[in-house]
Order: sequence, then C-alpha cells, then structure tokens
Amino acid sequence: MVELRAAIALLGRFPALSGVDLTIHAGETVLLRGPNGAGKTTLLHLCAGLLRPESGEVRVLGHDLTDSTDRRSVRRRVALLGHATGLYDDLTVKENLRFWARAAGLSSIDADSRIDDARSRLVVPGRLLDQPVHTLSAGQRRRTSIAALLVRRPELWLLDEPHAGLDQSGRDLVDSLIVEAVAAGGTVVVSSHELERVAALSPRVVTLVGGAVREVQVQKGDDA
Amino acid sequence: MSALSVVLSDARLVAVRDLRIEARSRVVVEQVLPFAVTVLVLFGFALDADHRALRNFAPGLFWVTILFSSLLAVQRSSSLEAVDGTETLLRMSGISPLGRYLGQSFALLIQLLVLEAVLVGGLTVLYGVEVEKWLLLAATGVVAGVAVAAAGTLYGALSSGLGERQTTLLPILVLPVLAPVLIGATRAFDDALGAAAVDGWAWTGLLTVVALILIVVGALAYGALVED
Repeated sequence: MVELRAAIALLGRFPALSGVDLTIHAGETVLLRGPNGAGKTTLLHLCAGLLRPESGEVRVLGHDLTDSTDRRSVRRRVALLGHATGLYDDLTVKENLRFWARAAGLSSIDADSRIDDARSRLVVPGRLLDQPVHTLSAGQRRRTSIAALLVRRPELWLLDEPHAGLDQSGRDLVDSLIVEAVAAGGTVVVSSHELERVAALSPRVVTLVGGAVREVQVQKGDDA
Repeated sequence: MSALSVVLSDARLVAVRDLRIEARSRVVVEQVLPFAVTVLVLFGFALDADHRALRNFAPGLFWVTILFSSLLAVQRSSSLEAVDGTETLLRMSGISPLGRYLGQSFALLIQLLVLEAVLVGGLTVLYGVEVEKWLLLAATGVVAGVAVAAAGTLYGALSSGLGERQTTLLPILVLPVLAPVLIGATRAFDDALGAAAVDGWAWTGLLTVVALILIVVGALAYGALVED
C-alpha cells in the first residue's frame, strides 16, 4: 500500500525527510508521532502525492511517486485531512460538499446520496446544510471538512491531527470513522500528539525525529 | 465520459463555484466596479473636463481602466483557489487542471463583461461619448475580455504560487503581456466610438489571434503551475 525506501523530501532547499524507510500494509492503521518539525506532515504530503521525492523510492497504491502522472493518479484515491478545512466561506455546507463530490467525478445523484450518508455519520444537523460556512463554529467546520473527504470514499486516509478543534463527541466520532475506514478495507495513517487516544486504534506507532524514522513499535496482540 | 466532456464538466463546476461565490460576496460589484468608475472620474478631472479631449482619449482611458480594474478581479479570482487549504484539496480531487483553467477564466470573463458594460455607460454619461458601431464595440469587448481572462487566470495562479511575499508581482507580470490587448482594443474602440478613422474590425481580428494564443499558452502552462 505505502512503501518508502531511503526517501528524501525537501521543503524549499531544506531537507524535511532524510532517508525514511517505512512500509504500511493495506488495512493497517499507523500512528505517526514525533516532536514539532519531525517531518510528520511532510511524510503525509509525500504519501498523498503532493510532494515529489528528491531521491529514494516511494510507492503508494502501486504507483511510483517519482513520476508526475502517477502522483496525480494517487491523489484521486487518497484523502488528506490537514490543518486547513478546504471549504469556501461564501458557499453553504451543502454547496461545499456537492462541489467536492462532483470534483471527485461523482454524478449528481451519487453525490447527493453520499452527502446524506456522510452527514448522518458525522451527525451534521440538517439545518446546517443551507448555512454559509463562515457562519459555522470551528468544530462544525472541521466536521464539514471531514464529510467532504468521506464522500470520496478514499482507499488511503492521511489524517494530520484529526482531533484538533473537535469537542469530545467529535473526537469519538473521528475514532469511530478510523475504525470504520479500516473495517471497509481502507488504510489509515494518523499524525497526532494525542498518543493514548490514537495508540488505542493503531497497532503500529512510528516515531519520527529530525526527518527520519527513530523507532517503530508494534503493540502487543498484533502480529502486523 | 470522453476526456473533453470531463474537462467541460469540470470547467462548468469551477465556473459555477466562482460565480456563486461572487454573487454572495459581491466583491466585484461593491469593490472593483466603484474603483473602475472612480478611475474614469479621475481621468475626467485630470483632463479638466474638456469633453472634446475626453471623447478623443475615451477608448484608451476605457481600456487602461479595464486593465487596472481587472487586476483586482484577477487577484480575487486566484485567491479563491487558495483559500483555507482549497488549493491542496483541488490538487487531490482529480479535477482536471484544464477544466479548472477554463472554468476560472470563464467566470472571470463574465465579471469583466459586466465591468465593461458599466464602464461603457460611464463613458457616455461622464465623457459624452456616443457609440457609432455597437456590433464592433461588443465584439471587441468580448474578445479583449477573453484575452484578459485567459492571461489573468494564468498569471494569477503564477503569482499566488510564488507565495505571500510575491502577491504584488501580478501587475508587473501580467500588464506587459496585455499590452497588445490594450493597443488592439483601443484602436478598435477608436472606430466603434468614432474617435479616429481606423479599420476597427481589422484590429478586432488581430485581438482574436492574441486571445487564441493566450488561451493556448494558458491551457498548456496552467496544469504545470498548479499540479506540481
């Protein structure tokens, strides 16, 4: 599913990842941890096909990410939840969700049915659908942002601090979505500082320090 | 779906998004249009309200005003592509870069046409100009608008891709490229407004060639700018 061999990635002229070796199998949940600036977000962006590896080998979903055409193919099958919401303030919640569903190539009917499904799973109240995004709270925006990714039904989830900005019920919801995604055959990579919460969901914990993998821990009871 | 229908479907999606956002935010109507009218009024003050001089210079003043005002519209349009992480999601969405380019350009064109229509009204009211050839005026307005939208969308993406510190580069990048549009559209308007005896349709033909070149260059270059 994800395979990195001696992967080096630069941010500008500065090395953000220096020789990362990592394999993530299909159906796995992996927690990335490490201090600020360790390269967690860069690693997620590399796996998402947003960055070109400077050297080394990066294969995601069978594609070689040193090739620009392959990077584009991978992006369509991957969901990346970052720090930003990716929502248009002047559009309503429903218009945002429809835009991202149609952008993923869904027909109008499929888009509407997936939006209904995502909305109910994320417990987004129906009254919010017709509200412009700029009127939402930070937590509501975050839920809408996750719903926009859910409608795409990706094979690989890359979650960068997915619990940030959510209340307790929202955090629980993210946990259950991770479990559901894996149960549906998906693969999830989570970067988080909430170690206890995410470690409970992740058999493998990868520690990054200074752009390199320092340690890979496998939780007891898992043979992955 | 064929590749062409995918591109057209994506273009429609992006154009509807941009026009819907403009309809809600009214940035062009409430900020760009008043700016353009103010520039026309200031040109009037600068030429000391001499109606004969204003009528003679009206075509040039009109297109200089359009170009300056279009910079604001272009900056607004390109900012929509990068608001709160949308740029990353657009790259991840699978939407075709060509569809993005055409959709964004089309939405910008519609806004420029509204701007041009209001400013033609401004010319008649403020400068006492009379339109002699409406068809030539309309054709020139559309073709020049296409050229400005095509170049503006490309250079807007380029300047926003250069980062926060380079956002003021847009005028320096795009105005030299639009110089042929300014010259051609002004000459065509000279004829349409009866300000000079020139063959306006020949200039509009030349403008069409410039617009086509800008569309082709934009369509080819935009993907490389926004995708990698």
